[in-house]
Amino acid sequence: MKNIDTYTHVRGESVYLDDIPVIAGTLYAAVFDSPIAHGKILSLNMDEALRMPGVVKVFTAKDIPGENQIGGIVPDEELLAGTHVHFCGMPIAMVIAETDEAARAAVKKIKAEIEPLPVITDPREAKEKGELIIPPRTFKTGNTDSAWSRCDHIFEGRAETNGQEHLYIETQGAYAVPQENGVIRIYSSTQGPTAVQRTAARILAVPMNKVEVDTTRLGGGFGGKEDQATTWGVMCALATHHLNKPVKYSLHRMEDMRMTGKRHPYSSDFKIGLNKDLKILAYEATFYQNAGAAADLSPAVMERTLFHCTNSYFVPNVKATAYSCRTNLPPNTAFRGFGGPQGMFVIEAAIAKAAEKLGVPAAAIQQENLLKTGDEFPYGQKAESEANECWNKTVELYDPEKIRKEIMEFNASNKFLKKGMAMMPICFGISFTKTLMNQARSLVHVYTDGSVGVSTGAVEMGQGVNTKILQVAASVFSIDPAKVKINTTNTYRIANTSPSAASATADLNGKATEIACLEILKRVKQVAADELKVSPDSIEIKEEWIYNKGVKTEWDWKRLIMTTYSKRISLSELAHYTPPGIHFDPAKEKGHPFAYHTFGTAIITVTIDCLRGIYEFDSVKVVHDFGKSMNMMIDKGQCEGGIVQGIGWMTMEEIIYDKEGKLRSNALSTYKVPDIYSVPKEILIYPLETEKENQAILQSKAVGEPPLMYGIGAYFALRNAIKSFNPSANIPFDAPMTPEKVLMNLYTTAP
Amino acid sequence: MIQFILNDKEIETNLPPGMVLLDFIRYRQHLMGTKIGCREGDCGACTVLVGELVNDALHYHTVTSCLMPVGNAEGKHIVTIEGINRPKELNMVQQAMADAGATQCGFCTPGFVMSLAGFCLSDKAPTNENAIASVDGNICRCTGYKSIEKAAIQVAGKLNGKNEPIAFVTEHNILPAYFAGIKERLKHLSGKIITGALKEAAAAKERPHFVGGGTDLYVQKHDEMKDAAIRFLLDHPEYNSIRKEGHKCIIGPSATVSDLQRSAIIRQAFPAFDQYAKLISSTPIRNMATIAGNFINASPIGDLTIFFLALDAQLVLSDGHAQREISLRKLYKGYKQLDKRPDEHIEEIWFDIPGKQAYFNFEKVSKRTHLDIASVNTAICLQLNGNVIEQAGLSAGGVGPVPMYLQSVSDFLTGKTINEKTIQQAIQTAMTEVSPISDARGSKEYKSLLLGQLIKAHFIRCRPELAGE
Repeated sequence: MKNIDTYTHVRGESVYLDDIPVIAGTLYAAVFDSPIAHGKILSLNMDEALRMPGVVKVFTAKDIPGENQIGGIVPDEELLAGTHVHFCGMPIAMVIAETDEAARAAVKKIKAEIEPLPVITDPREAKEKGELIIPPRTFKTGNTDSAWSRCDHIFEGRAETNGQEHLYIETQGAYAVPQENGVIRIYSSTQGPTAVQRTAARILAVPMNKVEVDTTRLGGGFGGKEDQATTWGVMCALATHHLNKPVKYSLHRMEDMRMTGKRHPYSSDFKIGLNKDLKILAYEATFYQNAGAAADLSPAVMERTLFHCTNSYFVPNVKATAYSCRTNLPPNTAFRGFGGPQGMFVIEAAIAKAAEKLGVPAAAIQQENLLKTGDEFPYGQKAESEANECWNKTVELYDPEKIRKEIMEFNASNKFLKKGMAMMPICFGISFTKTLMNQARSLVHVYTDGSVGVSTGAVEMGQGVNTKILQVAASVFSIDPAKVKINTTNTYRIANTSPSAASATADLNGKATEIACLEILKRVKQVAADELKVSPDSIEIKEEWIYNKGVKTEWDWKRLIMTTYSKRISLSELAHYTPPGIHFDPAKEKGHPFAYHTFGTAIITVTIDCLRGIYEFDSVKVVHDFGKSMNMMIDKGQCEGGIVQGIGWMTMEEIIYDKEGKLRSNALSTYKVPDIYSVPKEILIYPLETEKENQAILQSKAVGEPPLMYGIGAYFALRNAIKSFNPSANIPFDAPMTPEKVLMNLYTTAP
Repeated sequence: MIQFILNDKEIETNLPPGMVLLDFIRYRQHLMGTKIGCREGDCGACTVLVGELVNDALHYHTVTSCLMPVGNAEGKHIVTIEGINRPKELNMVQQAMADAGATQCGFCTPGFVMSLAGFCLSDKAPTNENAIASVDGNICRCTGYKSIEKAAIQVAGKLNGKNEPIAFVTEHNILPAYFAGIKERLKHLSGKIITGALKEAAAAKERPHFVGGGTDLYVQKHDEMKDAAIRFLLDHPEYNSIRKEGHKCIIGPSATVSDLQRSAIIRQAFPAFDQYAKLISSTPIRNMATIAGNFINASPIGDLTIFFLALDAQLVLSDGHAQREISLRKLYKGYKQLDKRPDEHIEEIWFDIPGKQAYFNFEKVSKRTHLDIASVNTAICLQLNGNVIEQAGLSAGGVGPVPMYLQSVSDFLTGKTINEKTIQQAIQTAMTEVSPISDARGSKEYKSLLLGQLIKAHFIRCRPELAGE
């Protein structure tokens, strides 16, 4: 089944935030943000801005009736800077004007006198100075201290990964509309409508039931609108609260890039110990997460780094410590993978280093240590593993040894073109690591004409969650999918929702929908049984017809629904779902935090032009653990998109902040994401479909985040290609591998 | 007043001609299918089609509406996605995108659909390669493009037999039937438009902004352009011609990169021109960006500037009264400083077409190979006598405050034999002449190394045996 939005998408008829018809009298917001990364606000002069034509009002922190606080996990972030600014791009004031041009023109006339304070951009420096968002955490299993003596080989090193701009093509935005009795409806391009609602209530000092948040869809999210969409929704609500007028703010790209956080850059140290059979006996890692100026989701991201620090491998002795370091950058936030990729890069770097020093392919070490079912992760959960199954199927289908041999032959006969390959196994835990967030509700109505409306907490952002939920309802009822409508995500219909994140949205909201539909189905079957004077057990609905013991009856879906209604039996149901069996004890750092894990293996090959330092990816060949995919078109689309986004992170996407904390890669002209020519020439995805039971919706495993991590292999493929041109290159583990780094590494030798 | 056709509707507007088409479409006409992604021509979400009459023939091309002033729409047919929708069913391009699963969040999708629709309407051969090239200006963050490639290939397959594009797409129900009548309507419209009125009105004011395609001005000075007094230079037939007089090639200042690509003169003089052009921005931007705009913008990494510096192009400047000629190599006096008065504009560009003994090459490396600004770009033009260089012109961008003609290297090369030693010495000489700085496009060390590599690449392309394979 195609994504249910396909028809309107390709016709340009899908409605995004900026497409909502504006109400007469709507005002427009624009934010004045800090030009420096750290400082004390001495004065703020808005006189000239207020005199600009069309300007209605300028709001500052003083105008916040409630708490000037938007921090979700840690209360450490102001909506509008009060006395100090902590990052370049931190909102200080908000201009409201009759047009958005007037608002933006007035922003330029605001003058702030800010006394500069020292700026930290480096996480290690922040850690040295004690600037930590939360106390460090350590995951431990076995005993690394005593394990080192049993290792035949020990390698240490350092690994860096840079941030990543989400670059959802639809920028952040919100539109607040006043309702009667002090209620504000906020249309928000957010992955977390409840976060917008809760924070608006906090800022405005009103109860949550006075804030309605409504989201139709997002033009991309990728984590960037999980927490950071809240700011703009709340800004508009603040202005609406004071002015009792609709207020809209749709950010310009450069405002968005400058003011919002990104994927966390990490600087990490590793130590890995292997025995002579290439078994990893011990692994230690220290992660310095660059959190930016406030917590945002950093503590949770840091936690996932620890959960995924051993990737797809079983290591008996592990000690991994993570520091969330406060710097003067925009607060970094969720981004597809949520800290997992950063942790996985480090162990892959450790393996690559060991392989290079030992003169074996990294794949030999990878394969030797793949998780088996029953192996314990450092956090105590036992793996239900498909790691070996995926790896073996990859070998069987794509023959990496043959690829390796062909590459060696190619490299021997080409001077300026060199190929490299890498294998990349992945393992990703599915569930919010914050256990309480693993809950969802679904409200299903069957109308008297037999059509169905479904409301959940899921936000559609291209991942196809609405399509999957629709499939659930249509399959439980066995009705034409065209009869089902998925409604907007609205906090008045579904309360206290978790954000659409952690790849778990379809599982949680799909399961809740399944429960609701089953409950209604039970009632209508009872009605059918009563009418037909048979047992409900013998009733079945197939393609909108009622069957009794497998025999088609005179009753169709519509008649049954109308009859149920006329018997005054409810055709609506609100269901609640929480995955069973998950728990985690942060005091011990042990538990069973994930409903299940998703696995896979990729082979990535690249060709470098060693004259120019540029490169092209030849292929990415994958075996991916889909469980039993309920929608292969959507799931493959998620895989391909994730892979390319991961490759972008590892190659051309380079976030550049200068020492003063100013973003230099601040537009699409300086921050490059993959275009159609920079994607691998071939992407093959083979579904490892298994019949094993799992907790996924209809056994169809979560697919949003895991494929991004195949992209990590791109970095190592490039590294191997460089080595074949310049064997003496001493290449630091420092992603992304831009054409600049490729060329420098091709032509510089170890000191 | 500006008059044009928007989809199936005649438009007459008194809005400022400097307003961008994107804002006009979305916020004045409330056609919300055209999306805003970046407002700097780098994402393609706002792609629309422009149809114009040239020598009595109607041609369509794609543009990014965020960089196109409404003034440049005068007398043309502007097509948004609403203008290609069919009631209650998908058109062929849309069906191909749908079948391939080539849409996820959907926000970039209308732009891709318009680019592919532009491909259907273009004179380009319906090959898979050309179909994929037509979306080279569109960024998608969701799909990873493989499904879009599939859709593009499916579109190409449905265009077999496309000779007269407009007739083809209307007869095959690919695009709505009203396209068939646009040519006549534009003819009728052009009769109503008082030629040059717009230009004179603006020119009467003091110090008008000269606007060509707008692809740089509307990125750099977006806010001030809307209400600026503008003299539009794009649509003068005398300004975008490309002609040959003896050994000279004479180019009008408003010739776009696409015009250069289409010109038989340019294609003959530079058989690899399409390969060079592929490295320069994207299809919609190449359809808008003019050669004079690239020169006057004075970016140290202007691709066309570097190209024509190696060729020793000459410029004819005019202030409307007097003309003077200046070498492109003498135009740049410092960062964004030109030997040009504000009231002067380029009237003509000419260069000697490289002869049979000449070797020309253009190289460019950027973070992303396509649709990106160069870290370093360079062009070379050598007059050869066997293996001996009789005359040399070498240019390089991204290695100094201005687009550079590398005088000392060019002098050094003159009279030398092409060999490994000459190349090494040329690179060493170049290093004494350039002064790259570290910025978002690379460190100075990288840019120096890269320039040396690209000089080497020039010679290896000329004499592949030098690669020593």
